[in-house]
Amino acid sequence: MSDSIESPAKKIASRRNFLKSGLALGGAAAAGTIAAAAGDPDILEKKDWNQYPGDGVDVRPYGAPSEFEAHVKRKNVPWLTADPISSVNFTPLHDLDGIITPNGLCFERHHSGIAEINPAEHRLMINGLVDKEMVFTMEDLLRFPRKNQVNFLECAANSGMEWRGAQLNGCQFTHGMIHNVMYTGVPLRTILEEAGIKGTAKWLLPEGADASGMTRSIPIEKALDDCLVAWKMNGEALRPEQGYPLRLVVPGWEGNMWVKWLRRIELGDKPWHHREETSKYTDLMANGKARRFTWEMDVKSVITNPSPQATLKHKKGFTVLTGVAWSGRGTVNRVDVSIDGGKNWQQARIDGPSLNKSMHRFYYEFDWDGSELLLQSRAIDSEGFVQPTKDALRAVRGTNSIYHNNSIQTWHVKKDGSIENVEVS
Amino acid sequence: MLKFPKAVAIAVAASLLCGSAIAGKYNLGREALKEEVAAWDIDVRPDGQGLPEGQGTVAQGEEIWAEKCAACHGDFGEGVDRWPVIAGGVDTLAGDDPVKTVGSYWPYLSTVWDYVNRAMPFSEARSLEPDEVYALTAYILYINDLVDDEDYELSKKNFLEKPLPNEANFIEDDRLESPVFKVAEPCMKDCKADVKITGRARILDVTPETDDD
Ligand code: HEC
Repeated sequence: MSDSIESPAKKIASRRNFLKSGLALGGAAAAGTIAAAAGDPDILEKKDWNQYPGDGVDVRPYGAPSEFEAHVKRKNVPWLTADPISSVNFTPLHDLDGIITPNGLCFERHHSGIAEINPAEHRLMINGLVDKEMVFTMEDLLRFPRKNQVNFLECAANSGMEWRGAQLNGCQFTHGMIHNVMYTGVPLRTILEEAGIKGTAKWLLPEGADASGMTRSIPIEKALDDCLVAWKMNGEALRPEQGYPLRLVVPGWEGNMWVKWLRRIELGDKPWHHREETSKYTDLMANGKARRFTWEMDVKSVITNPSPQATLKHKKGFTVLTGVAWSGRGTVNRVDVSIDGGKNWQQARIDGPSLNKSMHRFYYEFDWDGSELLLQSRAIDSEGFVQPTKDALRAVRGTNSIYHNNSIQTWHVKKDGSIENVEVS
Repeated sequence: MLKFPKAVAIAVAASLLCGSAIAGKYNLGREALKEEVAAWDIDVRPDGQGLPEGQGTVAQGEEIWAEKCAACHGDFGEGVDRWPVIAGGVDTLAGDDPVKTVGSYWPYLSTVWDYVNRAMPFSEARSLEPDEVYALTAYILYINDLVDDEDYELSKKNFLEKPLPNEANFIEDDRLESPVFKVAEPCMKDCKADVKITGRARILDVTPETDDD
């Protein structure tokens, strides 16, 4: 074991750095850093791609990333669950920028694997406390007036492995159960009104068509507020692993409620207290009591670069620090960054769209003097809520609650530029 | 500009055709048939709504469990390898290693019926008959020491007589009342005297190996 203690992070690091230095060489040479007498061979020598034509337009009818980006992918943590059929993988946040998560990199969480559904055989049923119980085909749904919404989806268990202490080296693993996507669909309200909502209807039970038959109870106020029944993500059809052909979008609320492969919505006068809102997705407190129906995802942020999987190999000099922030209760007003473990803070720069219940991108540029750093970010949302420290959150939650860990993450940057997930006093 | 009045006219005409004042604005979709709703509407609530007719005993449940469930969950719900534990764990919830089971944690028995019926056995969901689900639910009560008689029969009629012991320990979301939600301007300068590293991920070494090398 002792051999492997440092190996995972190091292997990732060395692999990445190999790729990076290969890619960065041209830029560095152009900047004059490698103004060797002989000159930069990447400039002086002809490349294949300068000389010979590449693939024509008929070769890649559905494009894929460059072969040099093959390391950018979702990863799972095999020891977390008994079986990959009911498991999770993680978004490589450290490889992304901006606010939109590419469809193929959105983390997956299934309870019974990916249902592969022919949309021609898919139906959405509305039953229970409605004037008319109804059935819609996909063709019917596509004829409703549409709406576009960018929303983050965060699993309530994101960062759940960190309650008892620093565990996983990489924001992909500590914070990667999140993605941010533009959805196209019809407001849930429109569909419910088409069936006619009875005055006694107070709760909804969306249900998935997969073999887990996922169900969650959702209060009617949320359903009428901003939920969407969506069939497109980032402009194209939902990916099978994200619920193709139809999923529920429940902005700002925990990911488990965003039922995939949505096939039925029942309206009732009481919640159902199903397995995913009793056995799971309830927050066990230190005194043995458990909170239920903890839907909102609280204000949170993480530095994605530098981080354990994206090390600082340039040693000292001008350094771009970046990360993401979000709140299920609105927008993010501000992100502060500390490079000394929370002693002193500076306001970061939010760049790109600031949308309701969507990821925000922040940057903080600084001149690294090459000494050790303890990097932290702290987000403040439009409600004025401040992302808490780990200790502050543990003081009120204990360490058994699994879900809703929105505390401040610390990365320890060492002199050699390698980075570790740590906790600080 | 022309489109909107036209759409309204069509919707009105359609609602007249259907003879119903409550028809939807867009006249999309169709009414679900009773047998269609019955085929999909399988959910069960704590007040018993949704339970079908049926019954099953602990002894019957034990046989089905041995055949269809024990391989993953263990003969007595103790869990094989990393598969979920279904029984035990009483009095562990406030400790360092809480074991959440039907007996120690779940608030409602209806959740067991609903979940086993919709999702188990894993890899062959929705293959159980209502009587089998009653019998399995009775057996799950038995392995959790909530009934002690192998002849105990659970049915639609007596279902509500078995509340689960942990029901009262569930509370509503009161996060906003906790001190971490106090709205205050956070400290920016000299916020603490010194900073020490108190924990490291490396100590545990559980980050997965990268598979691209
Ligand atoms: C192949 C292994 C397997 C078999 C066989 C199996 N289960 Fe499960 N069971 C699972 C898995 C995996 C889960 C968790 C699924 C998830 O994560 O959503 C589970 C979850 C459960 C749960 C909920 C546990 C909790 O704490 O939330 C119950 C109850 C249950 N099973 C009962 C049964 C019954 C009854 C049978 C037999 C009819 C059965 N299982 C057969 C694998 C199995």
